[in-house]
Amino acid sequence: MQLDSKVPGGPLSEKWDKHLFDLKLVNPANKRKFEIIVVGTGLAGGSASATLAELGYNVKTFCIQDSPRRAHSIAAQGGINAAKNYSNDGDSVWRLFYDTVKGGDYRSREANVYRLAQVSNNIIDQCVAQGVPFAREYGGLLANRSFGGAQVSRTFYARGQTGQQLLIGAYSALSRQIAAGKVKMFTRRDMLDLVLVNGKARGIVTRNLVNGNIETHAADAVVLATGGYGNTFYLSTNAMASNVSAAYSAYKKGAFFANPCYTQIHPTCIPVHGTYQSKLTLMSESLRNDGRVWVPKNPGDKRLPSQISESERDYYLENKYPSFGNLVPRDVASRNAKLQCDQGKGVGETGLAVYLDFKDAIQRDGKDVIAKKYGNLFQMYEKITADNPYETPMMIYPAVHYTMGGLWVDYNLMSTIPGLFVLGEANFSDHGANRLGASALMQGLADGYFIIPYTIGGYLAGTKLEKVSTDDAGFKATAEDVEARIKKLLSIGGKRTVDDFHRQLGNIMWEYCGMARSAKGLTKAKDLIAELRAEFWENVLVSGSGNQFNQSLEKAGHVADFIEFGKLMVLDALARKESCGGHFNEDYQTEENEAKRDDESFCHVAAWEYAGDENEPNFQKEALNFENVTLTQRSYK
Amino acid sequence: MTQSNGKKNINLTLKVWRQVGPNVKGRLETYQANNISTDMSFLEMLDVVNEELIINHRDPIAFDHDCREGICGMCGAVVNGRAHGPEKGTTLCQLHMRHFSDRDTVVIEPWRSRAFKIIKDLVVDRSALDVIIQAGGYISVSAGGTPDANVIPVPQEAAEKAMDAAACIGCGACVAACPNASAMLFVGAKVSHLALLPQGVPEAARRVLKMVQKMDECGFGNCTNETECEAVCPKEISITNIARLNREYIKAGFL
Repeated sequence: MQLDSKVPGGPLSEKWDKHLFDLKLVNPANKRKFEIIVVGTGLAGGSASATLAELGYNVKTFCIQDSPRRAHSIAAQGGINAAKNYSNDGDSVWRLFYDTVKGGDYRSREANVYRLAQVSNNIIDQCVAQGVPFAREYGGLLANRSFGGAQVSRTFYARGQTGQQLLIGAYSALSRQIAAGKVKMFTRRDMLDLVLVNGKARGIVTRNLVNGNIETHAADAVVLATGGYGNTFYLSTNAMASNVSAAYSAYKKGAFFANPCYTQIHPTCIPVHGTYQSKLTLMSESLRNDGRVWVPKNPGDKRLPSQISESERDYYLENKYPSFGNLVPRDVASRNAKLQCDQGKGVGETGLAVYLDFKDAIQRDGKDVIAKKYGNLFQMYEKITADNPYETPMMIYPAVHYTMGGLWVDYNLMSTIPGLFVLGEANFSDHGANRLGASALMQGLADGYFIIPYTIGGYLAGTKLEKVSTDDAGFKATAEDVEARIKKLLSIGGKRTVDDFHRQLGNIMWEYCGMARSAKGLTKAKDLIAELRAEFWENVLVSGSGNQFNQSLEKAGHVADFIEFGKLMVLDALARKESCGGHFNEDYQTEENEAKRDDESFCHVAAWEYAGDENEPNFQKEALNFENVTLTQRSYK
Repeated sequence: MTQSNGKKNINLTLKVWRQVGPNVKGRLETYQANNISTDMSFLEMLDVVNEELIINHRDPIAFDHDCREGICGMCGAVVNGRAHGPEKGTTLCQLHMRHFSDRDTVVIEPWRSRAFKIIKDLVVDRSALDVIIQAGGYISVSAGGTPDANVIPVPQEAAEKAMDAAACIGCGACVAACPNASAMLFVGAKVSHLALLPQGVPEAARRVLKMVQKMDECGFGNCTNETECEAVCPKEISITNIARLNREYIKAGFL
């Protein structure tokens, strides 16, 4: 199968308008004849469900939590970008597009990114109309702040709870459609498989997490908005329920998986402090607007930060990158933190942390101003660490945060399976090899409010869809497969818990497929994962039974998929013999330890096609053509 | 640094509510939680206990949780008689074991309210809160066709107050803490969030009437100013939002 991105022709700035006109429309009266399944209720899934229902489609929406308001978009703190140029600092759609392509280290699709920048302004209008309480200036107009990887102030925010407020906006729009009877909401459901009929995505199999029932649902199209795969690393900033299983089941059914090795390690997280630790907590990148990152100049300096004088401190980001300073993109900030710690300059008990210091900002602006901007973040930090950041610098360290890779989609956000659309973090399309801060929220809402509502119409209007029912053999067979796997998991009765396996997988991934990779390490990881997978299916211990509320079983299925998916990440990392963005291969770096791309050989999307459990997947590439930006070595100096 | 100086391990006796399903009688069972690092969160402590239960072929304690950073509103239990435990303005996942002492007995129970059925152990069904939002907790705008975001100036103070109310995470602690199992703080927060913003004004009357009606239908009790809700709210939502709810409700009656 040849990958076709379906990017429309014509000048970049006219592609989307032209495409909108070319897309076939579904007559308003006919929209109610179509059923659409949406899996996930984060920013992408929530906004898509609401908008499709507003248009008249019948939507069935699924989420794993007890309420659609809890999806992990809720945890995003810092903000959402838009090219409004309200700050009058020279921003434009073109600049947002350019920053995003450059920030992604020239590994994203130009046309998709340009469209994202174009609709970014509509998102802000939409959210304000919904009542999202963005921060405002005294005059009553919207406030902006700057964020990593940009030199303009284009980020809209609602204290440190921007994700929460945007999600509540999408959730309220969704709630309105639930009340109107246009969305049927299924909570506490875990999507376990995708159902294909005649090669098209026509339904899903879910497990009802309350009573354990295996349920099948049919539709005319399926939209996955199931988030990223950061929890492959066990420890990440993702929520506990975040998993790759829905996307992985689609991959196993024929959807290509693109760039799985692109993972974002966020520079400002609270450092790890014990093996019992279940997750990592991010401190918004917006803190880098006012916080200064430093380590002691002398390796092994274990004095308290207050005892280390100015001249003995190394503000390494400001020194190394004078024009961006503390606001370099995430991948650069993370890698530099690791470099400092590798040189023995790390601080705190483990030596795996750097300082983020607000002393100067507090002196300059006063404690009140800083508290207003970051109060809830400081409070959160103090709760977790028992340190007061108003008095002593924060300690931070990078942690897995976001995954740029995802199911391959074309310009219409459709995967290689007809009728299967993928939105938000679950697809691969807009962030290339590294995502800029405040761009995830933008992408999720762009996909859900302003892209899928049109492109799915084009598919439905232009495709012959046979009538299907959950009584068809395809549904029954898929449900049986799901049930057989659950039975298998429950019957092993080994000696190690699911979490124990997950932790070990996380260690392998962090060590060999984390912030710095190498061919040698990745090859080793491949073997270790294969051993782990074999042991899992012989020695895992899952408690309880299938027909009850059973969190151990839920997790077991997710971890089984994470293990297999980990292998795919490693294979992709091995195949990408260059460094770019979040994929840093130590074998390919500049003299200054920056990522060294190889545009000759690797300016492409790597897409993987499942070829059976025991075989290596097939590799396909989509060449990336840059017609509007010149590829340069990224420099933030 | 206080963190390293205060580091130690403690042993606890847990008394945990166990209940197999909604219509089965539950009871408190006793477990030992040994060698618990005081840097752990409360949920990580439960993870440790559960790992041991699983290894010993016993049923682990079911509890809801997701983001573990105090924002999703999924977690929550009554700890020693207090929703989300002893720390003010803190969800259960952000409660750390340094707030407990060696050899403490800790009693852990689910949210209890007529409107919240127990699903298993500490897991309850809070869908009634969603149903209240569906009754009117939104501004009726569809995607597209909205005016430029800066067309409607919102005084900063109003925006800040709206944000204070909008910070509600819908965890249900207010209901669990209230002697009447009232959801007035939850409803007050949503009504306030939207009534304080000019965008929310056109529907304000209709919204408050419908949400209050639905709240009553769902079986939540009335507010008798006990202020227990405000005391346990992890986002410290003020009960002035209940006063605003009452004002909005009365105002709506005159329209």
